[in-house]
Amino acid sequence: MADEKDKKRYAKPLPHIDEENRPWWEAAKRHELYIQKCRDCGDLRHHPRALCTNCMSSNTEWVKCSGKGKIYTFTVTNQNGAAGFRDSLPYVLAWVEIDEGLRILTNIVDCPPAQVKIDQRVEVVFDDVTPEVTLVKFRPAA
Amino acid sequence: MSLSRKTAVAGVYEHPTRFAPDKSMHQIMAESIRGALADCGLTIKDVDGIFSAGIGMSMMGIVGLCDYLNLTPNYLDGTNMGGSSFVAHTAHAAAAIHAGLCDVAVIVYGSTAASGRFAIGTGGGLGGGDPCHQYEFPYGPTTVGAYGLVAQRHMHEYGTTSEQLAEIAVTMRHHASMNPAAKYRDPITVDDVLSSRIISSPLHLLDCCIISDGGGALVVTSAERAKDLKKKPAYILGTGETARHAARGQRDFLEIAAHQSGKLAFERAGVTHKDIDMAMIYDSFTITVLTTLENLGFCKRGEGGSFVTGGRLRYDGELPINTDGGGLSSNHPGMRGMFLVIEAVKQLRGECGPRQVKDCQIALCHGTGGELGTRHSGATLILSNQ
Repeated sequence: MADEKDKKRYAKPLPHIDEENRPWWEAAKRHELYIQKCRDCGDLRHHPRALCTNCMSSNTEWVKCSGKGKIYTFTVTNQNGAAGFRDSLPYVLAWVEIDEGLRILTNIVDCPPAQVKIDQRVEVVFDDVTPEVTLVKFRPAA
Repeated sequence: MSLSRKTAVAGVYEHPTRFAPDKSMHQIMAESIRGALADCGLTIKDVDGIFSAGIGMSMMGIVGLCDYLNLTPNYLDGTNMGGSSFVAHTAHAAAAIHAGLCDVAVIVYGSTAASGRFAIGTGGGLGGGDPCHQYEFPYGPTTVGAYGLVAQRHMHEYGTTSEQLAEIAVTMRHHASMNPAAKYRDPITVDDVLSSRIISSPLHLLDCCIISDGGGALVVTSAERAKDLKKKPAYILGTGETARHAARGQRDFLEIAAHQSGKLAFERAGVTHKDIDMAMIYDSFTITVLTTLENLGFCKRGEGGSFVTGGRLRYDGELPINTDGGGLSSNHPGMRGMFLVIEAVKQLRGECGPRQVKDCQIALCHGTGGELGTRHSGATLILSNQ
């Protein structure tokens, strides 16, 4: 039984969620993708932070994204000794450029790694890895 | 106010070890300092500035190092920006000396990365407490993978091939064959690189630097004082440093720190690319060399693939690089910037034996710290024996 329990435990690292980034993670949990936009200068930013990196304003809004994008670049990872990842090789790490223009580091899932290509259209998929944490991933667009 | 030729690297020492299970990193550092001081004829009593960074050093590691060495210096710099740190330390030491804050600076590194079995490239250990990490490490970035991201994009935009990248590894191995201290000295071919397993696409095992133990030290002092020491000074002409990262999600990942730090160093040194007789280019991976040469301006963006072929980078080629065999073949104890400066100084002194670059008067070092595909630092240093 102990073995079975170990298998079910999520072994990969989890993000530290705090007041500054909570809206991102809560949106993901609702299976929605939101990014930050400065209310003063309009600059979009990812990852989330409290201040705009363009004008240092704290006046921030969260904007809902289409969830569509394309692969900017990727790598098929064949070797990673870290817990969790060593059991899921090979996997695809990628920068996805969402249609709103920002690049997000993510995994490409639901696709054989050999078929992943730069500029390929992708759509967001939400992976509920623990009861608290949902990761934003992407798969080839339908 | 120009710092050009006001300071110099007076002493260097590369620890000969590549595997030292019997030594601590601090012992390697102390032995390296002893070597560099002996190289220029100074003693530990002359040292009043200390610069270091390391893997496994604590947050206050620079103070722990002072404790180990029983030093009470007038200047401490524990800047850690990854493997480029020691190139940046050289610049920081030059500024501190020129400002009169210290007189004899020692820059040191030591590591037991190999005997301690650090999985540097594929340990998946990129996680930390920084805000940016929270959106990265859940997805399994490795160091190799983060460079693979850049290589893949370069291939996509410019048709760069694995064969072209492999030629860099082959050249480094050729140089290592002339360096008795290098860890891997047997020649390899482009086919050997291409038939080695893919660690993280498109990078093969032989596109990746090795893991060794090792260390080294530099002594930096005023040009005036350096003139009276044992060895020919390597004058510091110009330096530059900066950082590149995801730029709030809007980054062009083929534009790297070298673009900015290189421009600064060339401007401050008052020299141009054709003046550079040899270059030490951080070679954590073959792609690191290619993109660094482009961003430093030795060739145009996108032309790196053809630039690195045809023997141009060999010790007897048009732009000799990494004549010690680099991180790809000689040594890479976790952070490698130290060895860029050491080999450049040896070339400027004419101490490199069979791998000596002819008439070497001006050398460039460029260190990359961290990961090109997520965030990294870059530090450029231009040195001359004139």
